[in-house]
Amino acid sequence: MLHTEREYSKLIAGDFYTHHMEPGPDDRTMILNMGPQHPSTHGVLRIVIEIDGEYILRAEPVLGYLHRMQEKMGELKTYLQYMPNMGRVDYLHALAWNWAYVGAVERLGGIEVPERAQYVRVITTELNRISSHLLWWGAFLLDLGAFTPILYAFDDREKILDLLQIPTGSRLTLCYFRPGGVVNDLTKDFIDGLREFIPHMRSRLPMYKGLVTDNIILRKRVEGVGIITEETCRRYGATGPVVRGSGLAYDVRRAEPYSVYDKFDFEIPTDKECDAMGRYNVRVAEIEQSLRIIEQALDAMPDGPHMVKGAPKVKWKAPAGESYFAVEGARGKIGVHVVSDGSNTPYRVKLRAPGFCNMSLFAEVARGVLIADAVAILGSLDLVIPELDR
Amino acid sequence: MNGISQMWKNISGLWSLIVGLKITGKYFVCPQVTVHYPRKTVDNLSTFRGPVELVASDNDPTKPKCIVCLQCAGACPSGCLTVAAKPAPKPTAEEIKAKKEAEAKGEKVKKAAPKELGTFRYDFTLCSLCGTCVDTCPVGSLQFSSDAYLASRNKEDFVYDLLARLADQAKGIKSGSSQSKE
Ligand code: SF4
Ligand code: SF4
Repeated sequence: MLHTEREYSKLIAGDFYTHHMEPGPDDRTMILNMGPQHPSTHGVLRIVIEIDGEYILRAEPVLGYLHRMQEKMGELKTYLQYMPNMGRVDYLHALAWNWAYVGAVERLGGIEVPERAQYVRVITTELNRISSHLLWWGAFLLDLGAFTPILYAFDDREKILDLLQIPTGSRLTLCYFRPGGVVNDLTKDFIDGLREFIPHMRSRLPMYKGLVTDNIILRKRVEGVGIITEETCRRYGATGPVVRGSGLAYDVRRAEPYSVYDKFDFEIPTDKECDAMGRYNVRVAEIEQSLRIIEQALDAMPDGPHMVKGAPKVKWKAPAGESYFAVEGARGKIGVHVVSDGSNTPYRVKLRAPGFCNMSLFAEVARGVLIADAVAILGSLDLVIPELDR
Repeated sequence: MNGISQMWKNISGLWSLIVGLKITGKYFVCPQVTVHYPRKTVDNLSTFRGPVELVASDNDPTKPKCIVCLQCAGACPSGCLTVAAKPAPKPTAEEIKAKKEAEAKGEKVKKAAPKELGTFRYDFTLCSLCGTCVDTCPVGSLQFSSDAYLASRNKEDFVYDLLARLADQAKGIKSGSSQSKE
């Protein structure tokens, strides 16, 4: 028999994840689920929160609603057959995942990548990074209640997708890299289109600044909200714009340069403010830096093959051993660890998703903030749930 | 002093809203950037990877280049492709006799005719458009179509018989649920 309403409410709210969030002795606090269908959680992230009025006392993220066993699939598919999965781990920056995986396989098999393919990878990955940041920009502001910016962002993002469609053939779940190179070479159409796009994108940045960045409503909403100290970032292993927004200039492209990134001159934007605005500023500044890298890569791109001779075929057997390859994705450090036992399928594939570490610190940062600010913090972390659930 | 700086902040904050509104106003009178489907369609589909289709051989548009090596079916990560050869015609008794005699004499025996494609089923509902099959085909018998406008109420519509599709294409008929792209 359920004697009181309290006992009853405990029953319906309770599942495994709320068991140590039991209500206190009085009715002062309430336990609520934010998500899994909350619009600001982008996909299906669930956060169990204990609130006192409008303030969050405790927050606990619950993951796994989008778990697709990507790592297990890696053990079942051959090295090449696993490629389409990489476009689907983080669909917004698919090429960074493509790269992390082919990088690990290339390192494992000692496969040389032609110079031109390296530049093609840089150009397309940076373009993809801009499109990812644009989408984040729109979605973040959408979370905060500003509807129109996402339409401006999609206008520009559409141009990037049109460009990326030329070599890759797809618009979202790109599957373009292969161990040993890339599938298609860049065509003249693509290069001409890109040369037109760069000044266009540059001309749009002041517009974004005027429309949104300087806007007093946004500033009041995000300035001083969600302070993440450098020390917190280090403790949780946060990377990408989250750690750079906390003042630490850590970028895999600079810290352990892969491919041809050591040949480019670009800055690593950081922000000392450590708040949501800081992370916002870092991402917007990164768009400009990506444009710079693309420009330099276009100028320096040599002629040559886009695929190495004798690149692995579908049934390719990797030499036994293990390798790790890390790249800088739009959300942070993407790492792929491949272990091979000498057969044609990996023995183990481990995917390091930056979103997972970036999200882990939310529980700590969200303590004592308003619910509305928690939404701003979540948005500023730029989470892609399929990536952190894998 | 505090009051003045606060007032200045308020004014500059208000000004930022006006700047934003100016931008909104400017784009309000700009021409539309969206494409009104289905009255208008986009024109950059030539590079789009749609469902896989067979490539006709150079001398016969109804016959595919395919040599029935079955590599694509094995390469596909999702098992979308079912390829089978036509059953070889049974040799007649005379042919067998002639072959045996020829062998007995030590003559060279004519090899069996190359296998001919019997079925080529492609389940688009499973396909991830990764391109592994296209890359694998040794004779370039597979390519991506550029069908972007696919819609149906029936799942079976996306299980293509690629041979029939090729035959239709040879006759100039658009097959499947793909719409014409004028
Ligand atoms: S594109 Fe990929 S998933 Fe589709 S049929 Fe070819 S190999 Fe299979
Ligand atoms: S790989 Fe090419 S030739 Fe071989 S069965 Fe497939 S389509 Fe035919």
